[in-house]
Amino acid sequence: MPKKSFRQAINEAIRQEMERDERVIVMGEDVSGGAGAPGEQDAWGGPMGVTKGLMPQFGRERVLDTPITESGFIGAAVGAAATGLRPVADLMFVDFMGVCFDQIFNQAAKFKYMFGGKAVTPVTIRTMYGGGFRAASQHSQCLYPLFTHIPGLKVVIPSNAYEAKGLMIQCIRDDDPTIFFEHKMMYDDEVDVPDDPYTIPFGEANVTREGDDVTIVAFGRMVNLANQAADKLEKEGIGCTVVDPRTTSPLDRDTILETAEETGRVVVVDEAHPRCNMATDISAMLCENIFGALKAPIKQVTPPHSPVPFSPALEDLYLPNVERIEAAVKAVMNTGVVRAAE
Amino acid sequence: MSDAIQPIVMPKWGLAMQEGMVAQWHVEEGSKVSKGDEIMDIETSKIANIFESPVEGKLRRKVADDGETLPVGALMGVVAEDSVSDDDIDAFVKDFQEAFAEQMAAMADGGGAEPETVEVGGHRIRYLKMGDADGPAVIFVHGFGGDLWTWMFNQEAAAEGHATYAIDLPGHGGSSKEMDGADVAALSKAVSGFMDAMGIEKAHLVGHSLGGAVSLNLAVTGPDKVASVTLVCPAGLGPDINMEYIEGFIREKRGKKLKPFLEMLVADPEIVTRDMVEDVLKYKRMDGVEAALNALSSANFSGGAQALDLSGKLGDVSAPVQVIWGKQDKIVPAKHAEAVPSSVKVTIFDDAGHLAHMEKSAETNALIKEIAG
Repeated sequence: MPKKSFRQAINEAIRQEMERDERVIVMGEDVSGGAGAPGEQDAWGGPMGVTKGLMPQFGRERVLDTPITESGFIGAAVGAAATGLRPVADLMFVDFMGVCFDQIFNQAAKFKYMFGGKAVTPVTIRTMYGGGFRAASQHSQCLYPLFTHIPGLKVVIPSNAYEAKGLMIQCIRDDDPTIFFEHKMMYDDEVDVPDDPYTIPFGEANVTREGDDVTIVAFGRMVNLANQAADKLEKEGIGCTVVDPRTTSPLDRDTILETAEETGRVVVVDEAHPRCNMATDISAMLCENIFGALKAPIKQVTPPHSPVPFSPALEDLYLPNVERIEAAVKAVMNTGVVRAAE
Repeated sequence: MSDAIQPIVMPKWGLAMQEGMVAQWHVEEGSKVSKGDEIMDIETSKIANIFESPVEGKLRRKVADDGETLPVGALMGVVAEDSVSDDDIDAFVKDFQEAFAEQMAAMADGGGAEPETVEVGGHRIRYLKMGDADGPAVIFVHGFGGDLWTWMFNQEAAAEGHATYAIDLPGHGGSSKEMDGADVAALSKAVSGFMDAMGIEKAHLVGHSLGGAVSLNLAVTGPDKVASVTLVCPAGLGPDINMEYIEGFIREKRGKKLKPFLEMLVADPEIVTRDMVEDVLKYKRMDGVEAALNALSSANFSGGAQALDLSGKLGDVSAPVQVIWGKQDKIVPAKHAEAVPSSVKVTIFDDAGHLAHMEKSAETNALIKEIAG
C-alpha cells in the first residue's frame, strides 16, 4: 500500500469526492490562491498546501478563494449546504472560529432539529488545531471541546493519514455539519493509505494497542504519543490499551467504558485546555458508569490552564508528551497497588 | 581564495522535510556566487522558497537539474575557484555521490517488492511480482475476502525458482471493485485475462479456497495455460461451505465483532492478531466492497451450498494436481478431499485450519516446489 502524508490523504479524499459528486465544492481563504489577481494561479493551495491542485482540476466554480471574512464565507458554506451543495470550507485556524460561532452553533447545527428533519446541512468545516508549531496563543489551541458541546455538530479528530482519508470522505457524505480537526504538526506524517476511496464510520473508536493493565484514551495527535508510551511501557511489563475515539461527537461510549472496565485503570490524554475538555468529559462518564470497576483514580494528562506559550521552551513544557503519559500510567499503576492491598 | 571544493546540498527546512524539488536555478554554471545570493527556487510538500547560497565562489557544476526532486542532503551543485581542476571537481562529485548513496541505502529499511497494477478487460488487477526465473510462472490466487498478502509466507520461497505473481481477484484488495460477474467462471476468466495481459503463456496455479475453485476451473477450461495446480483448502470439490462465516465476514464492521469469525479460519485462534482484523476492516471499508462480497456470496454460495462442483472433472485435467488441506478447516471441510481421484496427491495437516498455507507454510512451500519444480 502506498505511503501518503496526512496532507496528501486529505487532498485525495476531497479530490475523489469531487470527482464522484459534483455537488462537492471547496471554499476558504487561499484554498487555491491568486483568484482575481494577474499572478500565478493555485499558488497557495490552502494554508498548508492541502487543497493544492484542486482548482486546476475542478475550476474556480468549485474551488472558491474567499475574502478574509470567516463570518461571511462560513455562513455562505452553511447556506450552500442547506440549499443542496456539499461544501468543504477551510477555516484555517480553529482559533479564528470565534467570529463565526453563530453561523455554526445557531444555524448549521440547528437546521435539522428546528425544521423537523426536513432540512439538512451537509457542510464540512476543515480546521487546523494544536500546539508545537511555535505559533503562539492565537494559533495553537485545540477547541474541539467547544464544538463537542453543541448538539447537532459532528466533531472529527483523525489521528493519522489513513484515518484522515476515510473520515474526510465520511464527513463529505454525511448529511450533518461536521468539523474536521487537522493537527498542524501532523501534515507530513506518512502511513499506508489505500488509493481507492473508503469511509470510516463516526462514533466507532479505534483500539490501537491492547494491554491488560491501563486504558489510555487519547485524541488526535495525542493518540500517537499514547501509542509510543504504550510501546515503551510494554517493554517494562505494563500493558496498555490505547483507545482513539476518532470522533468526540458522536462518542463511542461503549468502547471506552468496556476497555476501562477491563483494565480498571484509566489515563485520558487531551491536548485541549484542561477545564471542560474531553478528559473531564470522559472522566465524568467513567465515574458515573463504572466507578465500582476502577482500581485507581483516573489520571488526566493535559496542558495547564493557560494560553499556549510562544516561547519554544515554555511551549514544550506546556504540551503533553510521551514522558508525561508514561508517568501518568505509572502513577495509576502505583495507586492501584495500594488499593489492591486493602 | 582557497582550493576548497564546496558542495551545495538540498537544505532541510523544518523537521518534517525529507525531500525538495529544484524548481529553478537562478544562476548559470561559471558565474560567481556570494553568500546570501538567491541561487534557486526550491519546492517542498509544505512550501516553496528561495534558496540562498550558503557558500561563496564560482559555481563550477550544476549537479541537479530544474524539476529534479532530491532528498535532503543530496548534492545540487559544486562551488570552487578556477584554480581547482575539472578533474578534481569530477572526483569530488563522484566521491560525494557514492558516500551519499551508501548513506541513503543504510537508511532505507529493507525495501522489498511493491504491488503493481495492470488493466484486464477494463478493470484494474493488482499483483505482486517476485522472482524472474525463466520457465512457467507461479500464480497465486487467494480466496473469498482475501488478497495477495495471504501468500506472504509462500511467494518468496517459490520466487527462488520461478517468476511469481500473487494477484488480487476482482472485487478484492487493490483490484477494481466492479466485477464482470462474480462466479467462478468469471473469476477464472479474469485470471486468464491477467495472464494474457502480462504475456504469461503457462503457469503453475496455486489457489486457496474460492481461488482454488478458480484455479481448477482454469485448468479445466484452458488446459494449455496451466502447468500444474495446487489447491489449498479449495472450494469447488463439494457442496459444504460455512455460511455462518461468510455472512459474519460480510456483516461485521467492528473489530471486536469480526474477530470471532476470523478465528474460524485457523486451528489456533491465538494467531489472529489485531493487525489482521484491522486489515480486513480496512478492506471492507472501501467503496464497492460490500456489494462485491454480496455478489460473490450469492453467485458462489447461494442457498448455503457451493454452486460449482468440479470434483467430477478432476480426472480430466491433464496437468498435475495436488490438494492440501487443514484437517481442522471450519470453512470448507477437509472431507471434500475424499472425492478426488487417486491421480491427485492429497496432503492433510492435522493441526491446521482453513489457512493451511499460512499455518503450515514451510510444508506447503515444499509441496509447491515438488509439483512446480
